[in-house]
Amino acid sequence: MADLINVIENWLNKLLLGWGASPGLTQFILQALGSVLVVLICFMIVIALIWVERKLAGRIQDRFGPNRAGPFGIFQSFADIIKIFTKEYITPQGADKVTFNIAPVLAIASVLAIWAVFPFASNVIGADVNVGVLYIVAIGSFGILAILMAGWSSNNRYALLGASRSVAMLISYEIPMVVSLLIPVLLAHSMKLSAIIDTQRPWWFILVVPTAALIFLISSMAEIGKAPFDLLEAESELVAGYHTEYSGMKFGMFYVAEFLHQFTVGALITIFFLGGWTGPMAAHWPILGVIYFFGKAFLVYLVISWIRLSLPRIRIDEMLNLNWKFLIPVSFINLIGVAVADRILLDLEPPRWLYVAVMFVLNMLILLVALYLSGKSQPALEVEEFPHRPVAVSPRTEKSSS
Amino acid sequence: MQAYWVYIGIFLIVALGFPTIAVTLPALISPRKPNRRKQEVYECGIETKGNVRVQFKTQYYIYALLFLVFDIETIFLFPWAVSLGKLPLFAVIEGVIFIVILLAGLVYALREGALAWS
Repeated sequence: MADLINVIENWLNKLLLGWGASPGLTQFILQALGSVLVVLICFMIVIALIWVERKLAGRIQDRFGPNRAGPFGIFQSFADIIKIFTKEYITPQGADKVTFNIAPVLAIASVLAIWAVFPFASNVIGADVNVGVLYIVAIGSFGILAILMAGWSSNNRYALLGASRSVAMLISYEIPMVVSLLIPVLLAHSMKLSAIIDTQRPWWFILVVPTAALIFLISSMAEIGKAPFDLLEAESELVAGYHTEYSGMKFGMFYVAEFLHQFTVGALITIFFLGGWTGPMAAHWPILGVIYFFGKAFLVYLVISWIRLSLPRIRIDEMLNLNWKFLIPVSFINLIGVAVADRILLDLEPPRWLYVAVMFVLNMLILLVALYLSGKSQPALEVEEFPHRPVAVSPRTEKSSS
Repeated sequence: MQAYWVYIGIFLIVALGFPTIAVTLPALISPRKPNRRKQEVYECGIETKGNVRVQFKTQYYIYALLFLVFDIETIFLFPWAVSLGKLPLFAVIEGVIFIVILLAGLVYALREGALAWS
């Protein structure tokens, strides 16, 4: 009972072998079932997340959010799905039809495929390949290709502008993201995701390398393309950016991909910095590990939503400056510091808590120095000061004050 | 090991198949009444003139070039990071020198103003 998923797997395995299927075929069927299950769970999560996000956005912006379809509006997403299913597809004149139709599929496949390597619990691991981190980075970049395809094939100036902007932004932020991914790899001495999680017992990497975690959070928020980094679909400038011309389910695919990407980033932060499935009792009860994994990923998702609902959009030059003049130098210097410190501490063999403390202090020092230097190099903001507040004052209060 | 890559292959096919089904199903049940006005390119109500696939800023190419340099650098750093525990301190310092040389390139690009958005 402790190990529900493996029990079901063993039962299915015996059943299929008993029916006379060859071991190869049995394995194939089980793997196909597993991947369909993971993909279905992803879609289910997105349906729930869309409702959570809209409700949260409503509450933060002082309105109700969806509250008509079902109790608390929980059936809103289903109503939207039915609506979007019956919408007409409109292909604009002069669009490159093949590219136009492939782009939404590629956008969501690039996010879904990352889930193939996730370790959900101590023994529920998709594919525990020894190049897991590289696989995630490589598959994740296909999303950029999908955006460029969508923008170019739409035959629309706004879409093309949005696409070229977003490619400049996404490839820029890919660098600090990958460099901060290098740091967990460096600490675990492995690119295997299960090995990275094993190294995080009992000290999560967010306590060991907080600066890397922060840089990863910021740069992957830019990769999602949500506010404050939502320049690729700045409504006030570019209509809707690269998916201006999409309608019906093709638009729905981009929409779902965006939400799923945000949740995937939550899962990635969970794996690399928040200890993955680890938690009290998780080693003995793998089903608890699955709950911890999704719970942590959901918490990170909420934090990202909170940030995006609180901050206004930044300009493109500010965004590129933030990346090239702050995030990239800081992430590389952090990498150098962590690598040298890790190598020296490995020879000294200190107790684990001392190692964690040294790494934490080093990371915070690098971050604080970088913040201080960047604050110093910025020109001071010019604030125009008015001698009197230019506000209409009623004559009565004017008289009484004088 | 090989079974894992078979799983990833199956997963990729499923991940591509599901959205393909989701996109093609509505095409069967949704209405389809195309006309010229409806299929015009959306440009806030104004008719589109000329070739839409315009040239874009050359500045994007500079970002692409720098991205290429740093992305390949980080890919080279992955094996270094994995084997860090077995390397002598000297080899770690060599990796650091590799990073510093490329950071010098970034500083040069910043000094020349290549990254200033105008």
